[in-house]
Amino acid sequence: MNEERKGLKEKITNSDIWRSIFRHGYENTGRRYTLQVLQNVWLHLHPPRVSRHALNFRFTWCMGGITFLMFLVTAVTGVLLMFYYRPTAEYAFSDVQYLEFDIPFGMLLRNMHRWAAHGMVISVMLHMFRVFLTGSYKKPREFNWGVGVILLLVTFFLSFTGYLLPWDQLAFWAVTVGTNMARATPVLGHEGPFAPEPITQANDVRFALLAGTIVGPSTLLRFYILHCVAVPLLASVLMALHFWRVRKDGGISGPL
Amino acid sequence: MEHFIALVTKPDNVPIVAILFLIPYFLWLSYRQARQTDLAGVPSDAALNDKVYVWPYLCRNEFICAIIVMLVLGIWSITIDAPLEEPSDPTKTPNPSKAPWYFLALQEMLVYFDPWVAGVVLPGLIIAGLIAIPYVDINPKGKGYYTIKERPFALAVFCFGFIILWIVLMVVGTFLRGPGWNFFAPWQKWDPHLVVPLTNVNLSYLFGIRDEPTANFFGFVVVAGYYALGPIFYVWKQKSSRFLQELGLVRYILVSFLFLTMLALPIKMVLRLGLNIKYVWVSPWFNI
Ligand code: HEM
Repeated sequence: MNEERKGLKEKITNSDIWRSIFRHGYENTGRRYTLQVLQNVWLHLHPPRVSRHALNFRFTWCMGGITFLMFLVTAVTGVLLMFYYRPTAEYAFSDVQYLEFDIPFGMLLRNMHRWAAHGMVISVMLHMFRVFLTGSYKKPREFNWGVGVILLLVTFFLSFTGYLLPWDQLAFWAVTVGTNMARATPVLGHEGPFAPEPITQANDVRFALLAGTIVGPSTLLRFYILHCVAVPLLASVLMALHFWRVRKDGGISGPL
Repeated sequence: MEHFIALVTKPDNVPIVAILFLIPYFLWLSYRQARQTDLAGVPSDAALNDKVYVWPYLCRNEFICAIIVMLVLGIWSITIDAPLEEPSDPTKTPNPSKAPWYFLALQEMLVYFDPWVAGVVLPGLIIAGLIAIPYVDINPKGKGYYTIKERPFALAVFCFGFIILWIVLMVVGTFLRGPGWNFFAPWQKWDPHLVVPLTNVNLSYLFGIRDEPTANFFGFVVVAGYYALGPIFYVWKQKSSRFLQELGLVRYILVSFLFLTMLALPIKMVLRLGLNIKYVWVSPWFNI
């Protein structure tokens, strides 16, 4: 019986059709496993081997990876959203409405983008918490912790710039409140302590952020470009650096 | 109560509710591992030198994790719609106006400090402080595993800052702050016309000081005295404490400054809520 099956298997895998599809068999060897990671463009950032405890969910909570996954989801859904959205005060709100009611799966697309963004903020905070609790910022990972702190800020800023884009009351006032504090920046804000004479409402840091004295159409354009181009690019570069350093610093930290 | 349930189930507040479950869960998970290490000792080298191939073992885990997360996200996205309110209108200010949920701890700080402190200086110091952590924490133990015994001070400070001053304030800001940013318990109705009498006075006033230059000087002395606690403690303990000698003066000054600044927030909260104190230091240029 077994012999028979083996013969059949061999017959199939030796057939011309099979061999035209699959170039060679799969070796179950360490060499094969190593090459699998090294030769794959998506996997090559991984080392060939990791210590066993790094696989443990209870150790990493998977939170760094989930943060990255959420970033990828927002990138893909975000590009799709860009096809339907125009960042002008006339169109922005109605484009979002149109997306919700008339585009097939438009609502689902918007939901996924928004909830993945919120998910990313949650997971990045939990990731930082985990890294602290395991003391993983200690030598030699000091620098990568610093890169992480910048990534945390970038994540907040990514989410914050996106918050304005639906151009509804929620968006408008959340961003108004969120940027109001900038007027009180010492020296550089017109209401801040030690603001010199030439600093006014029309040239302080808040003006630079909003491209105006209140949240308006130019703010929308500015936030759109920051949200869709500038900040994602910055985040990608920093993540590449972050992942590279995780590996160069000896992989996931452990008690050795 | 009804409005509170409506608030909690608002689509944009789902992350906050999730955090309310996630933080205790992960605290429990890490506490269990820490206790195990503290009782049984750090795992031996033998177990640690055990290496496994990334393909298939790690990649399989990543794949399973990604599928589960995508499932959760998919269900979340199918069942709960992203909010879209009326078109923006600069003339209609909603009350309360809130920043996005992850900035609500900062907005909450505005109750206790002027915007330049709560909105600019403190966030700046939080960032600087976070980046400084690896350079000022010279304890070589507790690297790469959960433990409480080997680094109680570091854990206590970080957990206090993260859980109480960031997460709890965020939750309070979302669920318990109503019109006029007034505090409302869950069972209280949000009353937009509620007027809370402002009877706050400055610390100097409480001490009977009425003229401005003296009040300014008094405030300066209080704040300077508060920050001087750091150096005083150093001078007092430096001889007897090996830890302080290893830490060194520069690191110590940084740690004590950041630590006292962090504690200034709960202190100011107590002063405001308990004694109705508005400012500790009133000067012609700024108030703290
Ligand atoms: C966009 C944000 C971020 C992404 C995508 C990200 C991703 C990752 C990933 C995938 C890992 C591998 C281990 C793990 O999953 O836990 C990692 C490790 C690490 N991350 Fe992040 N991270 C981010 C933000 C941060 C932040 C905010 C911090 C700290 C302030 C941080 C500090 C670290 C450190 C020190 C390690 C090494 C941990 C170890 O060796 O145990 N990262 N990060």
